[in-house]
Amino acid sequence: MDGDINATAPGTTPPDSDPARKRRVHGMLKLYYGLNEEGKTVDQAESMDPCDINGPHFDPEVYLNKLRRECSLGELMDQETCMVKQIRSLDSDMQTLVYENYNKFISATDTIRKMKNDFKKMEDEMDCLSTNMASITDFSARISGTLQDQHAQITKLSGVHTLLRKLQFLFELPARLNKCLELQAYAQAVSSHRRARCVLQQYSHMPSFRGIQDDCHAIMDKLAQELRQKFRDGGSSAKDLSECVELLLQLDEPAEELCDKFLSHAQSRLEADLLGLEAELRPPLSSGPTAVTDPYTGPARRLSVEPTAGSPTGPSSLNNPFLSPSSRTDILEFIDRGCNEFVSSLCLVIASYQELFVNRPQEGELASKNIPQMAIGKLHAFVDALATRYFSLVERRIQEEKSVGDNSLLVRALDRFHRRLQAVAKLLPGSAVPSQGTEIVVRAARERIKQYLAALQSFYLNSLTDVRQALAAPRLGGSSAGGGSHLGGSATGKDAPASLPELLSTLSASILNQIKSVLASVHLFTAKDITFSNKPYFKGEFCSHGVRESLVVNFIMFVCQSSRQFCESAGDRGGSTPPALLLLLSRLCLDYETSTITYILTLTDEQFLVQHHSPVTAVTALCGEAREAAQKLLNHYVKVQGLIISQMLRKSVETRDWVNTIEPRNVRAVMKRVVEDTTSIDVQVGLLYEEGVRKAHSSDSSKRTFSVYSSSRQQTRYAPSYTPSAPMDTNLLSNIHKLFSERVEIFSPVEFNKVSVLTGIIKISLKTFLECVRLRTFGRYGLQQIQVDCHYLQMYLWRFVSDENLVHFLLDEIVGSTAHRCLDPAPMEQSVIEVICERG
Amino acid sequence: MYQLYFVLQARALTSQTAESDAIRFLVGTQSLKFDNQIHIIDFDDENNIISKSVLQHQAGEIWHISASPADKAVLTTCYNKTSESRVVTCGAVWRMPPEWESGSHESPDDPHNSHNPQNLELLCHLDNSSHGNASCVLWEPMGDGKHVISLADNHALLWDLTESSTQATISSSATLEGKGQLKFTAGKWSPHHNCTQLATANDTAIRGWDLRTMSQIYCIENAHGQLVRDLDFNPNKQYYLASCGDDCKVKFWDVRNINEPVKTLEEHSHWVWSVRFNHSHDQLVLTGSSDSRVILSNMVSISSEPFGHLVDDDDLSDGEDNHQDEKTKEPLQDSIISTYEEHEDSVYAVEWSSADPWLFASLSYDGRLVINRVPRALKYHILL
Repeated sequence: MDGDINATAPGTTPPDSDPARKRRVHGMLKLYYGLNEEGKTVDQAESMDPCDINGPHFDPEVYLNKLRRECSLGELMDQETCMVKQIRSLDSDMQTLVYENYNKFISATDTIRKMKNDFKKMEDEMDCLSTNMASITDFSARISGTLQDQHAQITKLSGVHTLLRKLQFLFELPARLNKCLELQAYAQAVSSHRRARCVLQQYSHMPSFRGIQDDCHAIMDKLAQELRQKFRDGGSSAKDLSECVELLLQLDEPAEELCDKFLSHAQSRLEADLLGLEAELRPPLSSGPTAVTDPYTGPARRLSVEPTAGSPTGPSSLNNPFLSPSSRTDILEFIDRGCNEFVSSLCLVIASYQELFVNRPQEGELASKNIPQMAIGKLHAFVDALATRYFSLVERRIQEEKSVGDNSLLVRALDRFHRRLQAVAKLLPGSAVPSQGTEIVVRAARERIKQYLAALQSFYLNSLTDVRQALAAPRLGGSSAGGGSHLGGSATGKDAPASLPELLSTLSASILNQIKSVLASVHLFTAKDITFSNKPYFKGEFCSHGVRESLVVNFIMFVCQSSRQFCESAGDRGGSTPPALLLLLSRLCLDYETSTITYILTLTDEQFLVQHHSPVTAVTALCGEAREAAQKLLNHYVKVQGLIISQMLRKSVETRDWVNTIEPRNVRAVMKRVVEDTTSIDVQVGLLYEEGVRKAHSSDSSKRTFSVYSSSRQQTRYAPSYTPSAPMDTNLLSNIHKLFSERVEIFSPVEFNKVSVLTGIIKISLKTFLECVRLRTFGRYGLQQIQVDCHYLQMYLWRFVSDENLVHFLLDEIVGSTAHRCLDPAPMEQSVIEVICERG
Repeated sequence: MYQLYFVLQARALTSQTAESDAIRFLVGTQSLKFDNQIHIIDFDDENNIISKSVLQHQAGEIWHISASPADKAVLTTCYNKTSESRVVTCGAVWRMPPEWESGSHESPDDPHNSHNPQNLELLCHLDNSSHGNASCVLWEPMGDGKHVISLADNHALLWDLTESSTQATISSSATLEGKGQLKFTAGKWSPHHNCTQLATANDTAIRGWDLRTMSQIYCIENAHGQLVRDLDFNPNKQYYLASCGDDCKVKFWDVRNINEPVKTLEEHSHWVWSVRFNHSHDQLVLTGSSDSRVILSNMVSISSEPFGHLVDDDDLSDGEDNHQDEKTKEPLQDSIISTYEEHEDSVYAVEWSSADPWLFASLSYDGRLVINRVPRALKYHILL
């Protein structure tokens, strides 16, 4: 149905373009006669449908039934008009066609009639021609009969003539060969002899021919001798040599021997190239070429004369073994020389050898000996032996390449080295040489990465030394009055701490730059125009394992680890690491954790398009490492700074006779010093770390008095209320107090902010103060002095810490313990304490 | 865990060394205002009862206490004496009155018992006024109670006690020479080598002394980053020594190689004041610190029983099985067994009981004594 409508649809539309329509009509007619464009019958599948009005199996009854069944009246009417229209147009088309064909038929009849007349005339002429031909044949037979005898004679004569010429050639052969020998036209001689050889062999039973053969043999032997001599002499060029070999082969010389001779000759020259290279490698101390050839006496035995005879290329270096290393050629030149001299002559040798022994068109007798296989085997052994030596030289040279300054030179040299070996690969498909060469390149690349890592590490350590010096210098300047700005570098011109952020940013920037430049250098290995960059190693392992893991990740680990070592080495007293450096490194590690590591690794991954085949160190693991290092450094910083202040406090408590001290008039100088130091630490930390959160202050924290404990708690402690019957009361109170206050962790990890760091330092200091106080015995004024000191600390320290209650608690403990250790506990009036403290 | 409060601050704690049956600790109090006391703490392991007797120590506040290894009733103290606004620390040998024991044992719950404290009987003063303040007195370990060493400022004095300890004479002495004011902070008499060695601590250094010649054998400079607070000898390994100090670390030394500690523990978060090896099972190490914690560590790797309890000969019948067990037991690791946080103030002294190797006491400054047991699981692990 669908197909139906589709088929009829164009009919219902008004004919828009005539030629198209015409073609369609033709098509329909063709279809009707069972023809398609190619003149084949139409596809059956297309026309099996009995409802296809254009198909050959169209069944009007079925179609009509179908229409009646499926269409409405309107549609039937449309269908009918459409069909009538189509029938009408088909009729008119048919009429046109009939007219056209009729005209053509008329003109064809005319033509046929004309042809009939012409053919009659032609028949007559043909008859005449056949009689003429018969007479011609007759004549020609007669002529050939008469000429037969003469022809036979002429043929015989010409045969004799050829034979005579051949004989003359044979008789002249010895003389000609001699002449050729004189003129050294060996090729001509050999080819002449070859032509005559079979004939002479065949007629050797005749004495005259025998003589000629003997003569020829003698001459040819001489010639072969001469050729061999020439072959043996090293001087001849490769082309001469190959000609020589070819001739000798034609003279039935054994191929194996020739191969050996050819190769040994080639070896002598290649050996000379290698020696030239080696001479460049020689350190000035060692003594010349004899030592060099020693390990290779095996293959070079026959060539013991070669240093004198076979080294025209490298006499300059041989004559001058005491070349100073400074005047040595750089690696590119070295490789260039190796390529141009050794590799290219090796290629030449391989090429000519293959030309001579392997790729020769096989002629009968030679083919049976299976020369190519033998020859190839020999060639492989030969090339492998020489290449191994060459590679060892190259590797030695590469190992000497230690300075990491300019990587491009090395990469270019390696590239050239690798590229030139491709020629060998092309010439000698099965050889292991190119893969060995690739291995050397891979090894060199690995070695390079190691060197870069070492360079990065030493750079890092050097930068740290610089930072140390920069930290030390202004401190010296600061101690001499007004010398704070003598370190011209620090633009601020302030005291030491002012340059901390600058130092940090220069340090981190210079490390980053160094990493980038190293990455750029290493990236040369994978540049597009480098031949070995598309080797699987350089595409995969080099990028992921080599650069990312061995270089970048290892370096970051190194930074973390070396930072950590600062904590360990300085764990004992006298650790020489300045605290500022610890602080700075901790910030550096923290920065690494937050951004730098991600940045570096992303940079690496992007530059090298790392595809992680094997599991690699995750960024998070590295970040964790860095954070741990940062935490450790900061903890250590707190410990060191806390210790410095602790020492001051401890000395001040231990060295004083507290029983016999005078009534306090001032805050002790050491307390002022403690506050000063704490303030400067606060400034220092504030330069690198954020403020941090602190609990809300009471509005007048500095004014807080000790009345809480000096009146209530302390009173209970040292009021003479102790009686054996009430043993629990005194301690109960302090214990309850402690139960409700949190346990104070003294050396606990700090957070990465200023307040937390300062809290840690103050905790350590005050706890030391407490423990020292407990070991002493105080007089009345001793206690009062401690009261004054503690109040002073209270006034100034609260602002640094996250929770001022902590300071209160520890100071409470100190005064409480002092009171307890006091022989005559008469606390000072709070107002007096305040006056003294405010006086300073 | 059992707790006991004293009314006064206390630093000095020792177990009654000569007593091998009863679990008994001696605590000396520190008070400048009241009469100081020595508390005798008895712990009845079976009934879990603590009983306390009090003896008066009127001479002054006690900084160090040490019980004679030979005579239960004899002990030494180092105490502060204040006279004419001068504080002097002295050492003395005392005898406990014979009645306290019977009295306290007959009526351990008598509340009036502590109300009528008896006095200690002074045997002799370790008169060292010429040598400075005594920081501690050490008994000859496992000796007959005739020799003590007192450390006074920078002197180590060896005393002979004669006439039932009523007379003390200096038999030899050693003096620490050096720049500045040197002062011994702690010492320990080694139980090995026929008791001929002494280890002392001053500032950050640990020194070993040969008592026969009174000369220095070794010196571990900078053993700790800061002050060394206490020392103890491993009772079963003659060259092993533990030390602790203000750098929050506990270090274990092999005195034959003093360049580096064998092991370092960093578990405390403040100064470590006391370290003690268990007398029988030296892998158990007790430390007390001013972070108010007591930590019991299991230092298997450097103990005399590195593979746990060794098989006795009697057990040879089922030796096969034991062998199997040992193999599974072997990879024991040093570990912290337990951290005890009962104290609220700095813990200055910890001590193992001399009678029961699985029991120990710790004393904090606020006068709280805590008696703890080694966890049962570990005990059986060590024994079996």
